[in-house]
Amino acid sequence: MEKELKVAALRNGTVIDHIPAGQVFKVVDILHLHHYENQITIGNNLDSKKMGSKGIIKISDRYIDEAEANKIALVAPEAKINIIRNYEVVEKRYVTLPQEIREIVHCPNPKCITNNDPVRTVFHVKKQANGQILLHCHYCEKDLKCENAKIN
Amino acid sequence: MKNSLVSISDYGKDEILEILDLAAHFEANPNQKVLEGKVIATLFFEPSTRTRLSFETAVNRLGGRVIGFSDAATSSSSKGESLNDTIKIVSNYADVIVMRHYIEGAARYASEITDTPIVNAGDGSNQHPSQTLLDLYSIRKTQGTLENLDLTMVGDLKYGRTVHSLIHAMYHFHPTFHFIAPDELKMPEEYKLFCKEHNIPYTEDAILEGNFSKTDILYMTRVQKERFQDLMEYERVKDVYCLHRDMLEGTKDTMRILHPLPRVNEIDMDVDTSEKAYYFQQAQNGLYVRQAILTKVLGLSI
Ligand SMILES: [Zn+2]
Repeated sequence: MEKELKVAALRNGTVIDHIPAGQVFKVVDILHLHHYENQITIGNNLDSKKMGSKGIIKISDRYIDEAEANKIALVAPEAKINIIRNYEVVEKRYVTLPQEIREIVHCPNPKCITNNDPVRTVFHVKKQANGQILLHCHYCEKDLKCENAKIN
Repeated sequence: MKNSLVSISDYGKDEILEILDLAAHFEANPNQKVLEGKVIATLFFEPSTRTRLSFETAVNRLGGRVIGFSDAATSSSSKGESLNDTIKIVSNYADVIVMRHYIEGAARYASEITDTPIVNAGDGSNQHPSQTLLDLYSIRKTQGTLENLDLTMVGDLKYGRTVHSLIHAMYHFHPTFHFIAPDELKMPEEYKLFCKEHNIPYTEDAILEGNFSKTDILYMTRVQKERFQDLMEYERVKDVYCLHRDMLEGTKDTMRILHPLPRVNEIDMDVDTSEKAYYFQQAQNGLYVRQAILTKVLGLSI
């Protein structure tokens, strides 16, 4: 049943799998799917052997480019992206976090210039020894835990 | 602009040492015509009399001229002019812009919209690199080296930007740190993690008492009332973190006490006459370090 939901119904488009259960709607935000007019199937809190509980998004007739895949990495670092054409998986892609993230993340520091002047945000991605991914604001130099990032 | 100095991390070890050597040169002779014909703008969107006077004295003693304002209320930004416009206009007049702003990241942003070198004289609670460099200068001058020193930091280690910047800057020189702070003002996790990742040994303590016999530098900071949510807690700790002269017994002869000033009551006045008190000379060193910074960002040779 789950397998059918994942791939079989989609003729052309993108399947994003292995999204942490709490992050599905953040991916929806990142891809601006609210106003997308073709078919979208969103599954959440599905059983997963690997993750316990996961989410999945299937989007008809929409293909995800590398920049978008990198943005998804912010909220779903384990996500797997399958590009489907004519019911076949033609490309499998794992997301990777870029070294630098421009514009899409909001800085939580109210005194940061990005919240006071028309300045676009820039974050540098740092991985700590304990595996924690931090976003370092280029301007106010404060660190933000990746999972707490608010996406514009 | 690549010559700007916004954050202490803009400088590597060699550049830090270059500034300290230049500062030593200016200490030997603070009056030189190095900045003759240059105009330096001091834009203080947030007032700070001590820092501004130190920069302006540095310019004057090197034969340069100063323009600017000491407070945003008297500047065009009070008429709603954006930071972007102020920086672009002043860039037409000045060879260097020294700026202080209450918005964090303001100096970084300014450095990206002009080719005129920017020197950050403080952006909110973020960076104040000339303070860090004068701390390093004072440490090297009193100890003869920056290598393998034992530093004890006392007071507000949570919000104190000077101690955070000092950790980042000292990392080049194999330090050992002791952090002494009340629970509410403990060193944040990210700086302890920074020490761990770079194999910098550190200890933590909540009480200032007899635990600095091996210390080379005792770095005191202000414990400010407004940092406490619980005022009872403030009343309880404020005297615990007060250094008295009798506490200096048993410390190294070469140990020196630093403080970024102004102090409130964390160093008793009876310490001032001790030869281990160095905080007033430390402030004086700011002049030579700022002369060095201005010379370096302009790419001038001496
Ligand atoms: Zn920021």
